[in-house]
Amino acid sequence: MNKDDLTERFASILRRADRRARERRNEAIPTIYIVMSTCGLASGAAETKQAFEEALSDKDIGARIVPVGCLGHCYAEPLVVIDHPATGFPPICYHQVTVARARRLVRSYLEKGDPVFEYVLGALEENDLIPAVTDFARFNLEQRLVMEHCGRIDPDDIYQYIAAGGYSGLVKALCLEPEELIDEIETSGLRGRGGAGFPAGRKWRLASTAKADGKIIICNGDEGDPGAYMDRTILESNPHQLLEGLAICAYAVGADQAIVYVRAEYPLAVKTIKGAIKSAEGVALLGSTILGTTFSLNVSVFQGSGAFVCGEETALIQSIEGKRGMPQHRPPYPVEKGLWGRPTVVNNVKTLSSVPPIIKNGTEWFRGSGTETSPGTAIFSVVGNVKHPGLVEIAMGTSLRTLIFDVCGGIPNKKSFKAVQIGGPSGGCLPESFLDTPIDFDSLTQAGAMMGSGGMVVMDEDSCMVDVARYFIDFTQKESCGKCTFCRIGTRHLLNILDRITNGEGSEQDLELLGTLSEDIKLGSLCGLGETAPNPVLTSLRYFLDEYEAHIKENRCPAHKCRALTAFYIDLEKCARGCEVCVGCCPVEAIFTTRGRKKAIDQKLCVKCGECAVVCPPEYDAVLKVSPPELAPTLERTPDGK
Amino acid sequence: MVKLIVDGKEIKADEGRSVLQSCIENGMFIPNMCFIKKRQHPPASCRLCFVEIDGFDPPVTSCTEEVREGLVIRTDTAAVRRLQRTAFKLLMSAHHCEPKHCPVKGNCQLIRIAKHLNVGLTPKPLELLERDVEEEVDFAFFTYYPFRCVLCGKCVYICRQINGHNLLTFANRGFDTVIAFFGSGDPARFPCHRCGACASICPTGALVRKPECKRASGVTP
Repeated sequence: MNKDDLTERFASILRRADRRARERRNEAIPTIYIVMSTCGLASGAAETKQAFEEALSDKDIGARIVPVGCLGHCYAEPLVVIDHPATGFPPICYHQVTVARARRLVRSYLEKGDPVFEYVLGALEENDLIPAVTDFARFNLEQRLVMEHCGRIDPDDIYQYIAAGGYSGLVKALCLEPEELIDEIETSGLRGRGGAGFPAGRKWRLASTAKADGKIIICNGDEGDPGAYMDRTILESNPHQLLEGLAICAYAVGADQAIVYVRAEYPLAVKTIKGAIKSAEGVALLGSTILGTTFSLNVSVFQGSGAFVCGEETALIQSIEGKRGMPQHRPPYPVEKGLWGRPTVVNNVKTLSSVPPIIKNGTEWFRGSGTETSPGTAIFSVVGNVKHPGLVEIAMGTSLRTLIFDVCGGIPNKKSFKAVQIGGPSGGCLPESFLDTPIDFDSLTQAGAMMGSGGMVVMDEDSCMVDVARYFIDFTQKESCGKCTFCRIGTRHLLNILDRITNGEGSEQDLELLGTLSEDIKLGSLCGLGETAPNPVLTSLRYFLDEYEAHIKENRCPAHKCRALTAFYIDLEKCARGCEVCVGCCPVEAIFTTRGRKKAIDQKLCVKCGECAVVCPPEYDAVLKVSPPELAPTLERTPDGK
Repeated sequence: MVKLIVDGKEIKADEGRSVLQSCIENGMFIPNMCFIKKRQHPPASCRLCFVEIDGFDPPVTSCTEEVREGLVIRTDTAAVRRLQRTAFKLLMSAHHCEPKHCPVKGNCQLIRIAKHLNVGLTPKPLELLERDVEEEVDFAFFTYYPFRCVLCGKCVYICRQINGHNLLTFANRGFDTVIAFFGSGDPARFPCHRCGACASICPTGALVRKPECKRASGVTP
């Protein structure tokens, strides 16, 4: 392999990318970057874009609109960045840019040069005029190693990625021997970001030493945890970084075929990655004889058909082979005998996306973040009861408290923190006492949760932990492939028991059974889904046993969540004579007028929808919720039916 | 040939065999539902054949462990029994045991396992689970009884082995998983040879052959 030839070929591509970037800058017209990934589109980015286009043509202003991927700040969508060099302002990031705000921005900022301070989230660069986004914890506590370019470049334009330093990792890798490359990844200490944290370097080495032809790399993008969307964001926002990682991995292990496995429920991600493969092949960065070398890599996209369990590597392989997605016993591991019986490396989207910056910047740089055993960063989708939900990339070893309270702004509405569910349905619920736990593979596993793929649900005091456990078990029992006894039947029993408890019909024997059955399912199941499915139950039993006991022994739901264990009543002291608001909203006509012309709820009819509590004017605030339901005073309806 | 020690007794086994098969061939019973002798990759789905191997901490399924020289195995430790009993009770909570109507006469594997584990045929303390499926499903040449089926998958496997393609498959997910039959319309045009192997291999009487179907020779549960 001729290194000079290789670097010269890449240099010419790089020159082209730089020239394009320079030309754009020289045009000196404003650029409007609109976040157009799935989350942005869901909050109306397409309408925002249309509004910009219309307003620009109305005012006859020349500006470039560039759709970009996700910045990770879901609370502020639709996000727009406007770079208007003529005004002297740095690029400014605007939050919640609705159609009306888009028009106003065109009118005020693009036309008259007034940057509309009330919509500003922050400037993207440090300056004297506008506070920079990096002044906020949500930005400056993050460490973007993997998502550095997400939301900053057009995912459909390969040259923007190249101009930002992309594919130089691949060039560097191709100048090394595969063996050196694997050494490099091993020294970096990169661990698989799919959940279990298996060292990526070791996996690659096992695959590279396997003596067989036609090795395959699979990128696992079958992200299915409720509330997790890191892989989708990377696929939609910076597909080329993933493809670069894929190519480096393939070169290292000696594979000539790669498959990106994406959920079919991610149509935009599928479209983006397919487009990216095509454009990379167009400039010989993928496909046959990459950059004129002897290394070829054929990348294709496979769409999953909607089974959660296909995120498990053996089930994923089965489904690519056209079989029913059911996990197989390991060993043999896929690195020995995977897809079509060939050695197969299955790596997560985040793992592969971590590779290019490691190769480019060196292992020392990577180990500079994170902890000794878990170097690098972790990407979490923090959702639930936090002020600033979204995607966060933080250094491993950061405490949960920092992540939830500093980066994500803590719990809104003056509520208090109750628990955080880490790792989706396979993870565990950790209480407040664990907030100082550092986020890394080993500490979280020790606490009973797990890193998982990176879903994090924060819950405030209004969440019932029994109900939360029930929710996750309901999810896993539905998504079980039905193959092995423990997972198929065991999780159904867990669900039935939790149903009983949340309905106030649980017994102490149920509680004991819940614990022992969970332990057995964990030990006895065939694959990772079953082995981790009881985790939400086990951790909530461990840390929130008092809540289970309150449900069973006192018929009480401490969070006032479980319908069967709560009741609404109207405080006659607070209720205003003559006010009829609650009567009108009750769907079952359970509210009647008392002799004193106030209102009361007929407990026999009430379905506990809570509408009356919502509509009762705040100055009265007369509808109260209690648990156990017996605490609600009962008033008999007068015989005339009123 | 390798030598290994099972419950303190030395047995000889062919290399490449699984621990489960070696034990069974040496007359030592280990509970199992989904195991088929010549099958290349055991599905390991019934989760009954747990044993403890010296050096491994939690029990492992013996159908997936290859015999090795000097292996020390115990089949009756407390941890093994606990998992086996739970797995068995789970199966019994989905298998509606009706001895009066059961087509499996005499040689019931479930009864054998119950005796071996010293437990009854009821799922207690677990409840008997109901499913939202029909009691009898018509498979053209067979009748399928979902409430008897333990989803061992033997029928799916044997059908593929004998016919080269599956006419039987798993359908649905989770607890609603059942065996399904490909084929609709005119039964005469089904690519089914009516060999009857699937019904003969069924250990729980969940697949029952209709009169027009052959009786498979040499196929037993």
